[in-house]
Amino acid sequence: MMPAVAEERRAPRIVGVEFPFGHAFGVAHDRSTQRHVLELALRVLAGASGFGTRVDLDVEWPVPLREAYRAWQPKEPSPIVKKMLEARANAARS
Amino acid sequence: MQVDSYRFLPRSFRPLYEGRGAFPGEEHPVWAPFEKRLSASRIALLTSAGIYLKTSQPSFDLDGERERPEWGDPSWRVIPSNAKPEDFAVAHLHINDEDLLADPEIALPVGMLRRLVEEGVVGAAAERQVGVMGYQDRRLKDWRETTAPAIVGHLREQEADGLILAPA
Repeated sequence: MMPAVAEERRAPRIVGVEFPFGHAFGVAHDRSTQRHVLELALRVLAGASGFGTRVDLDVEWPVPLREAYRAWQPKEPSPIVKKMLEARANAARS
Repeated sequence: MQVDSYRFLPRSFRPLYEGRGAFPGEEHPVWAPFEKRLSASRIALLTSAGIYLKTSQPSFDLDGERERPEWGDPSWRVIPSNAKPEDFAVAHLHINDEDLLADPEIALPVGMLRRLVEEGVVGAAAERQVGVMGYQDRRLKDWRETTAPAIVGHLREQEADGLILAPA
């Protein structure tokens, strides 16, 4: 999901997917894409020739960005996000 | 084509992830060659989607995270390869769990791995996969000292040749 971050954190083998959070292997019930991602991950695991191998999957998420962006997020903000939003609101007030 | 790592991330969160570099002491490459054929290898899966078995395992500690928002439960769960989708629950406050509960294969593809074993693409699946909850204290102290060594020990016991680690 965030292959650039995995690279910075020095992961030895990386498969990049441009999918929303919570969906590493693709759309629910889409066995074809799920298989595609798992097979690619296995090929990179077994076939990478050295540290830092990164292969990105050229599959576009089939839902419009705005809708997909909203859909992956929890119904209410996580505790850390809530805390950050409150801190931001307090800073704006002061 | 290069994946946009930040496509689905709120713009204000991007600086929290981008350009942070390696953790101190982890700058050097770590590399283990994969020497067997895939068709003769045992493969394990790890998901950080907060999946656990709802009737026999405790949830990840969400109340603890609510009390201490910088903290995330560093414990881990063993997920049997033959567990059914209806056995799963999800405890993760940072993602919507609807799709995960509808089809856990999007995070932990035990069924697809089983199919690849049946087809001979992969030699075997580990009998017990690994579930963790991906939101963690940024220093990762518990992970370094306890969780990661325990998971490595578990993978060695399983005689896993390789691990597919799927972030949520």
